[in-house]
Amino acid sequence: MKKTIRFICNNEIISAEINPAISTLDFIRTELHLTGTKESCREGDCGACSILCGKLCNDIVKYRAVNSCILPIGAIAGKHIVTIEGLNQQSLTPVQQSFVKENGAQCGFCTPGFIISLTGSLFSCNEINYENLISSIDGNICRCTGYASIKRSVKSFTENYSIKITQTSDRIHKLVRYNILPEYFLSIPQRLSKLRDFDHKAHTGIPAAGCTDLSIQNKNKIERRGINLIDRESKSPHIYIENKACLISAFTTVKEICESKILNKIFPGIKNYFSMFGSTQIRNRATIGGNIINASPIGDLSIFFLPFNTILYFREGEELREVRLSELYKGYKQLDKKPTEILEIISFEIPVEEFKINFEKVSRRTYLDIACVNSAILILANQKIIKHVSISAGGVAPFPMLLKDTAKYLKGKEVCLTNLKEACVIASKEISPISDVRGSAEYKAILLKQLILSHFLKLFPDIIKAEDFVC
Amino acid sequence: MLNIDLNAHVRGESIFINDIPAPVNTVYLTVFYSPEAHGRIKQIITKEAEKIPGVKGIFTAKDIPGRNQVGGIIFDEELLAEGEVNYIGQPVAVVAAVSYSIARNARDKIKIEIEKLSVIIDPREAYEAGKLIISPKVFSCGDTGSAWKDCDVIVDGKAETGSQEHIYMETQSAVAYPVENGGIRILSSTQAPTSVQRAAAEILGIPMNKVEVDVPRIGGGFGGKEDQANSWAALAALVSFKLKCPAKLVLPRNEDITVTGKRHPYTSDFKIGLNKEGKILAYEVVFYQNAGAAADLSPAILDRTLFHAANCYFIPNLKATGLCCRTNVPPNTAFRGFGGPQAMFVIEAAIYKAAEVMGIDPLVIQQKNLLKEGDQFHFGQKAINCTARNCWQSLDSGFNLKAVTNSIKEFNIANPLLKKGMAVMPVCFGISFTNTFMNQASVLVHVYSDGSIGISSAAVEMGQGINSKLRQIASKTLSVDIERLKVESSNTTRVANTSPTAASSSTDLNGKALIISCNILLDRILKSVKADLKLKENSFLELRDEQVLSNGVPTGLTWEEIIRAAFFKRVNLSAQAQYATPGIYFDQETSKGNAFSYHVYGAAIIEATLDCITGIYKIDSVKVVHDFGKSFSLQTDLGQAEGGIVQGLGWMTIEDILYDMSGKIITDSLSNYKIPDIHFVPDEMKIIPLEDSNNPSGIFNSKAIGEPPLMYGIGAFFAIENAMKAFRPGMNTILTAPLTPERVLLALYSKI
Repeated sequence: MKKTIRFICNNEIISAEINPAISTLDFIRTELHLTGTKESCREGDCGACSILCGKLCNDIVKYRAVNSCILPIGAIAGKHIVTIEGLNQQSLTPVQQSFVKENGAQCGFCTPGFIISLTGSLFSCNEINYENLISSIDGNICRCTGYASIKRSVKSFTENYSIKITQTSDRIHKLVRYNILPEYFLSIPQRLSKLRDFDHKAHTGIPAAGCTDLSIQNKNKIERRGINLIDRESKSPHIYIENKACLISAFTTVKEICESKILNKIFPGIKNYFSMFGSTQIRNRATIGGNIINASPIGDLSIFFLPFNTILYFREGEELREVRLSELYKGYKQLDKKPTEILEIISFEIPVEEFKINFEKVSRRTYLDIACVNSAILILANQKIIKHVSISAGGVAPFPMLLKDTAKYLKGKEVCLTNLKEACVIASKEISPISDVRGSAEYKAILLKQLILSHFLKLFPDIIKAEDFVC
Repeated sequence: MLNIDLNAHVRGESIFINDIPAPVNTVYLTVFYSPEAHGRIKQIITKEAEKIPGVKGIFTAKDIPGRNQVGGIIFDEELLAEGEVNYIGQPVAVVAAVSYSIARNARDKIKIEIEKLSVIIDPREAYEAGKLIISPKVFSCGDTGSAWKDCDVIVDGKAETGSQEHIYMETQSAVAYPVENGGIRILSSTQAPTSVQRAAAEILGIPMNKVEVDVPRIGGGFGGKEDQANSWAALAALVSFKLKCPAKLVLPRNEDITVTGKRHPYTSDFKIGLNKEGKILAYEVVFYQNAGAAADLSPAILDRTLFHAANCYFIPNLKATGLCCRTNVPPNTAFRGFGGPQAMFVIEAAIYKAAEVMGIDPLVIQQKNLLKEGDQFHFGQKAINCTARNCWQSLDSGFNLKAVTNSIKEFNIANPLLKKGMAVMPVCFGISFTNTFMNQASVLVHVYSDGSIGISSAAVEMGQGINSKLRQIASKTLSVDIERLKVESSNTTRVANTSPTAASSSTDLNGKALIISCNILLDRILKSVKADLKLKENSFLELRDEQVLSNGVPTGLTWEEIIRAAFFKRVNLSAQAQYATPGIYFDQETSKGNAFSYHVYGAAIIEATLDCITGIYKIDSVKVVHDFGKSFSLQTDLGQAEGGIVQGLGWMTIEDILYDMSGKIITDSLSNYKIPDIHFVPDEMKIIPLEDSNNPSGIFNSKAIGEPPLMYGIGAFFAIENAMKAFRPGMNTILTAPLTPERVLLALYSKI
């Protein structure tokens, strides 16, 4: 079970004989005695355990903030991880200074996580401004401050540094120059390149990608049976177009999906849709393949891609097998997939421009929460007449589903309130919501109806008017 | 640097219990909990578990050498369940092993046979079944019975508030070490070192002086570690005592949420009577408090509910009844506000409903009935330095209530599916422990021979900034540089018989004790200087910015010089002092007395926008005029206000604790119990200190700050409700909190 795993933690090369499924948080706290990284929720929902994980890509190290509690240590092999101790210098960094100046910390338990997330975003965000920095801490929970002083800290930082850092092609040098990073960061690319001769053989055990759910739901199982981290070193692009279809590698992260030029062109709203998917830290790790295979009835990506005639390609050895996403789910967490098969590619037909697309998600807390109900729609209407429509619905059945009867009814019909209301009645008959922690069955049924209305309100504002819904 | 803790916080160098390196022989503990909400234990089988390599011991009630009791007010709570179990998550056994994972594996092998008994989770049902923890309590004034006939409008109804989990970021944690002669040393994440000391001494059957409790700092408390840190520390102490090795217990988050108590859910019946001008003439309320399976602090929390039944309004005839109902959920406990918020929600609900019946804005009733100077509270105390009306007026002049109302009206006309609502939430909160004896603190100050100073107090630093405030107080009193001052950990061997860091009062109590001890030191030191300089008895010697002045003229002597001189002259450079709040008393028999040292007042405008299609809302702004007295640390106090407000908003909106019928919590993690995140909080949070306020009872005329602002959050409930009504004017009024998006949507669209 144990593997030799080599990585750089802060300024030190670490080599460990360890089960790759063990949590990185436990390793850094108990083995490396770096206690600035805190354990609080242990499921990626609070960010107290945030660290930076840097991966060498063509001589540059790309850093992302991740939740170390749900990060199997196998996933950091050959990488550079940075804890709060690895940012500390003789004097406070400008990010730290801004928190001190504005009282951005009270009890201090969550604070290192905030510093890490903010520093992480300085590597990667296009423009260093207040909004982007605030987004970067959407996965960090603070119970003391009410975030007001944290916002002031971020504001104070951006007022002093945003221009200085944004306008540069060589950001890491700038970050070092402004003492945001210690100098040793400059030597990391070279040191990492020497580290890369680590054990590359396929592991046995449970296949896993981002592990953002597996590490929570099946922690004991993966520690016992081992983990087979799906190789992300593939040279081919993650997202590409071939024969009018868009292909996405299964291990593409949600973050990469949000930033993909190709996907943003096809779905102009995609960045907004998925800003509600987990948090920055989760989006940096969670993959489209994982989200689909996890088979959660409310998986945001499954719901989003369901209406697009999406095809999944499973690999087993040399064999590739095609399964329609709409045919994948057979029951609660039941898949048309052999345990030995691994999802490789997700492919969908690129809708022609006349198609309209919308995605809706409602959860108790708007951000960093799991949907109560979510839904996506793909629709083509000509002269008000619906030529094609496909609507997905999550949280209302044991698995992500397509509202087939509803679509069948709407096809050929005129877009109008009467037909829409009838469609909602039909939808209510093809779903089977249950009462659980995300809401009562009655609530979910009403919510789905409201989300269908919302699709049409947003897509056909000239026909479906807000006034129509006023009671 | 004013707040030295911040420096360590941002570097991740602040040390919490779980960060302290454990000696190699440490055992790690995990607790076996009752899987049933109510039943009789027939058998606990630990044989299989004991066989697992690495397990060092499994302990049950029979292994407790002292008294199996951790109840703080009433002795009704066993550390480890013996005969009966009364909630899911009640500790039954503790497993010690060389690692947590081995301990947890062993725990999974423990079997328990329980004869199931009936489960009650609803407080009204508990009341019907006669399950009261203490007899009903009544606070009253005037005569409601005869007042109803003078009322033009009488409205009654039911109002409910939900539970709330503390989610201190640092979960419950403790480490215990055996020390010489059968003693024990405990590091605990507690707000109440003395409570932990007492609980451990009871459990081990040893005197309190053999138990040392040290609290370096805690990662948030909010009341959740006032009483409920005791069990975990006592369990660590028990194992350490039995196995003669260090024992460490840190609760994983899901266990912490499942097994620890929370804010009490309340369900209440109210009846309010007003004249046609909107003057409240009579108010009756019955509070059914869901106390959970043991008393914990519930009776004291119920007291505060009764004290705050009228919020900041003068009501001449009032009768408030409190019922402390025993149910089969974990014992509910202190949470910022301590029963006050629950009471204030009900009176605000009553006013809201009355306004609706009368066809007027609730603001009219709220404003008309605000307390004024000299008004008597229903428990007999007079409102002195009462700023309820000043705060309302400043709120109006600062933020223009009429303009806010009008702009909301305009917005609602222009937007068919987005609706805005606003509410005003005035607050009055009494400062003091309502249990008079607890209003004391003591402080120990050492001046070292190099002039540096160490302060030990009864207070625990939990993020509220007590360390920096104590440094400020000492620096000002002694007139020395703040860098000379260090605040030590809270430790029961340095400061004994401490009251918990709670009730917003730690700065007042410890700060006053600190001033006394600093003055004792100054007096001794200056006397010695006077003798050295051979000054006349009547000459006036003082220390100003570390310089000794004689009749206002510099003597050339500095702090360091006079300390060194005093040390060589064998002057006592340590001083201990105790402070007890004067003038407070309360007669439990008549429910009358001057229970509070003073009151904190304030008022807030809360605005919210509702998406009427999805039921999702956003709190747009919270604008406050708050009476800080004369804050001597405004940045710290603002932080407390902002944090409190956001907790209040969370309690009223998205924080929803759910139990199933078997008494099992289903919101047992941060993935399904949602507290405010950075996107949830209002974009605008503006807090203006009330001008010209004064508070002779506080430190340097300041006022306590920890709890009162939380209650501004109540306004969010009525702001959202108003937005809902803007969409559906005829909608039935909801008076059940939290107003989750689910509750909103069901109210807007449910056919029932």
